[in-house]
Amino acid sequence: MSEIAVETRAPALRVSGVTHAFGAKKALDDVSLTAPSGAFTALLGLNGAGKTTLFSLITRLYENRSGAITVLGHDVRQQPTRALSRLGVVFQSRTLDLELSVLQNLLYHAALHGIGRSEARRRSLAVLERVGLAARAKEKVRALSGGQMRRVEIARALLHGPGLLLLDEPTVGLDIGSRRAILDEVRRLIDDDGIGVLWATHLVDEIEAADRVVVLHKGRVLLEGRIDDLRARGGSEDVGTAFMAAVAETDRRDKAAAHKTDAAA
Amino acid sequence: MSLVDRAPAALSEPLPARDVTFGGYLVCMGGIVWRESLRFVHQRGRFLSALVRPLVWLFIFAAGFRATLGVSIIPPYETYVLYEVYIAPGLIAMIQLFNGLQSSLSMVYDREVGAMRILLVSPYPRWFLLVSKLVAGVAVSLLQAYAFLAVAYFWEVQPDSLWGYLTVLPALILSGLMLGAMGLAMSSIFKQLENFASVMNFVIFPMFFASSALYPLWRIQQANVLLWHICSYNPFTHAVELIRFALYGQVEWTSLAVVSGFGAACLLAAIYAYDPSAGLTGRRGGPDAAK
Repeated sequence: MSEIAVETRAPALRVSGVTHAFGAKKALDDVSLTAPSGAFTALLGLNGAGKTTLFSLITRLYENRSGAITVLGHDVRQQPTRALSRLGVVFQSRTLDLELSVLQNLLYHAALHGIGRSEARRRSLAVLERVGLAARAKEKVRALSGGQMRRVEIARALLHGPGLLLLDEPTVGLDIGSRRAILDEVRRLIDDDGIGVLWATHLVDEIEAADRVVVLHKGRVLLEGRIDDLRARGGSEDVGTAFMAAVAETDRRDKAAAHKTDAAA
Repeated sequence: MSLVDRAPAALSEPLPARDVTFGGYLVCMGGIVWRESLRFVHQRGRFLSALVRPLVWLFIFAAGFRATLGVSIIPPYETYVLYEVYIAPGLIAMIQLFNGLQSSLSMVYDREVGAMRILLVSPYPRWFLLVSKLVAGVAVSLLQAYAFLAVAYFWEVQPDSLWGYLTVLPALILSGLMLGAMGLAMSSIFKQLENFASVMNFVIFPMFFASSALYPLWRIQQANVLLWHICSYNPFTHAVELIRFALYGQVEWTSLAVVSGFGAACLLAAIYAYDPSAGLTGRRGGPDAAK
């Protein structure tokens, strides 16, 4: 099968059976999920649910030692070069160099992907145009607002034409206007480019009816489906209430199970 | 607030997966060196302090000790030399030691602010990214070393021939690589800046003082045999001697071997520690860690 065929048939991201622990604490427990191309998949979870660990494994900061992670059909562990070249990331923490200009930050990133200088410049200006910051290209990053920095980071993640875009709580600390602008931009990317998006968040109001939702709690996938599935699971029309109810129910069940084990012992 | 609605056509079609090419490797390394140099240029304070530190030693310390510390004729010197001339190679090595640890300090800092993560999601192999980072650090340390040599020239601290400025270059590259690799290996072990501050104290000062940077080894041998042994095994001593002889167009073969060997060992350790599939597995976790 040709390279292109592999990529068009495979989902943007597939995680299957990944377990990962730090010491005695299981950060991820048999996690499986899919983020299809051309769709917005929200990874919903409270702080400490394992979202950041999952992102670290997908971006190969460290390797998954069980299960498999594929980006457009390329296994992250076996074909890291291919997988990483198809992946764009916006990390939770700010990762721009404040001392350098917006353009310099983008050119550096392009170089990390082996894109030569003139092509890098052309692409940089194009992605900046796209997020509405072309006029600020020469300015130091320090001069930008928090929301603008995020948009530059999104522009940067798109420089090498990825098929999967990962965003780890990208709207944390931003005002409502910037949040909306960033969400709109990412949704437009999906419509225009058919890119697959995995958007980690704990804010339920960022999820729309058509989105796919994966609920991660204490390292386990509680639910993978549509927002209506979450409503049904939590027994409430309000998504936030439904989410908290689903989480609380799992905690209750865990406690009961632990109690039973103790009693048996 | 509305973002731009039109998508440039060229970006609408995602690129097919690219295999990394040789040219791509060069672009990648070039980009890393370029960024490191830009950062260095932007941090004028860093350049200034890198230059002032050894100059203070040269102008004040060496001048003060000139009278009390006579250096007899030892290779590579063919005549009596001023104490300033004797300690100049040690000060150059000190510049590189500080730079090596500082660029690894920036690795620790980078890791905290996340810039390191951007580096590590590059599709190029991890070892290549670390080597590039190392090369970038060496490039910066060469700038600093030659700036120091230029000032020292006017203080009449000069090699006996101008060729010395050229013959010292390979030695500077090697010692820079060794000290940079050492910093890199250390940065993989330390997670936070607080730890690193104490490393500066526990590494820089002992390494610098227990070496031939400030006094010839035979003098130390007279004073304390144990200390002499420590000094002669200290890789920093060999970096200093490599530079000292190279300034006079000569090669100190033992030092060359030690500097290359220790540098390679440190680099391998760093590559191992940063390898996503090996290295510090305890911290990285795994499926079985809970058992």
